[in-house]
Amino acid sequence: MTTLEIRDLRVSVEVPEGVKPILKGVDLTIRSGETHAVMGPNGSGKSTLAYSLAGHPKYQVTGGSVTLDGADVLAMGVDQRARAGLFLAMQYPVEVPGVTLANFLRTAKTAVSGQAPPLRSWIKEVGAAMDQLRFDREFSERSVNEGFSGGEKKRNEILQMELLKPKIAILDETDSGLDVDALRVVSEGVNRAKEQTGSGIMLITHYNRILEYIKPDFVHVFVAGRVAEEGGRDLAARLEAEGYDRFLSTV
Amino acid sequence: MMPRQRFRPPAAPVGPAAVAGGAAMGVVTRSRGARPGSYDPADFAVPTGREEEWRFTPTGLLARLWSGGLAADAAVSARPAAGASVRAVRRNDPGVGLAPPPGDRVAAAAWAASPAVTLVTLAGDAPDAVTAVRVAGPDGRSARPSACQVAILARAGARGTVLLEHSGLVELAEGVEIVLEDGAEVTVIAVHDWAAGSVHAASHRVRLGPGARLKHVTAAIGGALVRVTPHIELAGPGASVEALGLNVTGSGQHHEAQLFVDHAAANCRSRVAYKGALLGPGARSVWIGDVLIRARAEGTDSYELNRNLMLAKGARADSVPNLEIETGHIQGAGHASATGRFDQEQLFYLQSRGIPEDLARSLVVHAFFAELIDQIGPGEIANGLKRAVDAKLDQQRNAAL
Repeated sequence: MTTLEIRDLRVSVEVPEGVKPILKGVDLTIRSGETHAVMGPNGSGKSTLAYSLAGHPKYQVTGGSVTLDGADVLAMGVDQRARAGLFLAMQYPVEVPGVTLANFLRTAKTAVSGQAPPLRSWIKEVGAAMDQLRFDREFSERSVNEGFSGGEKKRNEILQMELLKPKIAILDETDSGLDVDALRVVSEGVNRAKEQTGSGIMLITHYNRILEYIKPDFVHVFVAGRVAEEGGRDLAARLEAEGYDRFLSTV
Repeated sequence: MMPRQRFRPPAAPVGPAAVAGGAAMGVVTRSRGARPGSYDPADFAVPTGREEEWRFTPTGLLARLWSGGLAADAAVSARPAAGASVRAVRRNDPGVGLAPPPGDRVAAAAWAASPAVTLVTLAGDAPDAVTAVRVAGPDGRSARPSACQVAILARAGARGTVLLEHSGLVELAEGVEIVLEDGAEVTVIAVHDWAAGSVHAASHRVRLGPGARLKHVTAAIGGALVRVTPHIELAGPGASVEALGLNVTGSGQHHEAQLFVDHAAANCRSRVAYKGALLGPGARSVWIGDVLIRARAEGTDSYELNRNLMLAKGARADSVPNLEIETGHIQGAGHASATGRFDQEQLFYLQSRGIPEDLARSLVVHAFFAELIDQIGPGEIANGLKRAVDAKLDQQRNAAL
């Protein structure tokens, strides 16, 4: 049982005009096996939350705390956070020319689990996971994300989630840019990973669509850098019908 | 017909990291082709360090190489492969002196001090058979700097590969002649993995006959100062050269490559790609890429590229492409130069998967060079070069810990 606890998290970014606060006191708790949908309008700080939890250097934490089973996440480096069990599926996965996907996956698995996986079973596991994601095995010999389509990049993110088996996975707009079939395949991958490892999931999205496939236990509405309302799955349906105007007019 | 052009494009390290590299701008006062060549060191003035060809070089380290008194005592040994022969010959051997003459005082001094030349003759059809030539310092301490001469002569239609391996502690002026007769296809790889503190100037003088194809590779890894000056003359119609180079430069090292690609015949092709990584504070690299397309070199197809990766503050990379075009009837002539810091987003992505920062950096730098090394082609030479690069990266990483 793992608990990610975010308390009063405040984060700023540096812009040409100065330091701009984005997150203004976020409270959120995610436990193993739970799926939390974080929804909200553009610019509300959803992606900032995701990247801050992963430790991207662009974001400066100015207050609050994040703990993973009591351990201070904010004191950890980016790679330490991943080894502690956090995973961020990025909205815009980065191309790494010259590093093959196979080499990258094996290096990451070795880093996260502390030992190199046995070659034979690892190759089998990677191949099976790629097949299930309908992700051509040939991609493993290509450079990480280089020349991948939007859908292929997202499959690659979920492939990594399945293989690295994080305790808590943050999915940042994994549904953006996916057609219906790809959305289903990717969602199934997320559900498989969750079933296998009991991960807690923070699913950041604009749209209800992905929630048809990945059923949230909790929905948090994110507005202007904090959680404005929380509820169950029915809240997502209401947002779909009513939009975010109700929240925007109050801030 | 286009007007005759002569210009120097801006030496443009691209991007915000450009400040890390020095940009050399200037006005061309005379054609690169007008720079004299001679076998007599006395024909070259003693460099002051202000000359175009010396202004990037820490000339103090090289002064002993041009002040005379070189000893021809470098140890040169060779293992001929199938289709190749290796002989020690006099300088007046008909297989020697067929390349363009030395272009600076050090290169001329190396010639003048070397009565004997190690002549590698390729006459067979064995593209992958590697003739390894090992160059090392003199046996025992020498009070004087060393000199040596190697000549590679590929007979018409011959195919083969020559590996020049440099190791040990030296102060060495070296001349390498590479001459390809009609239709020969040759790969020459010069790896400079000298012991720390070594000082080495290598003058590669290349002449390519009609339809000849050369892959020319230089790698600078070790040493205090390595200066390689490939002068590649595309002398016969339809000749082609692929010039690849890399430098992995640590703190306090100076790695320099000054290329001159001389398109002197019609319908020739040149591709130049040099990549460097500067690993620590005080690391210094220089890349000069002079390309001259003479009036008679119609149909030329030329491109040169230099990329530098700055991995530390206090390192410096100078990158100066020069293009002189004397005919409008060409296929193409282009250049690219970029000096950049490490891509922070790549680093973040790799680290976000648990990969420690130092390993993430190594992965990316390894990939940066692998892309170049893979162009050498498959085989043990490319693998060995990758291992040498990785060993240097490990060494620098451990030194930083």
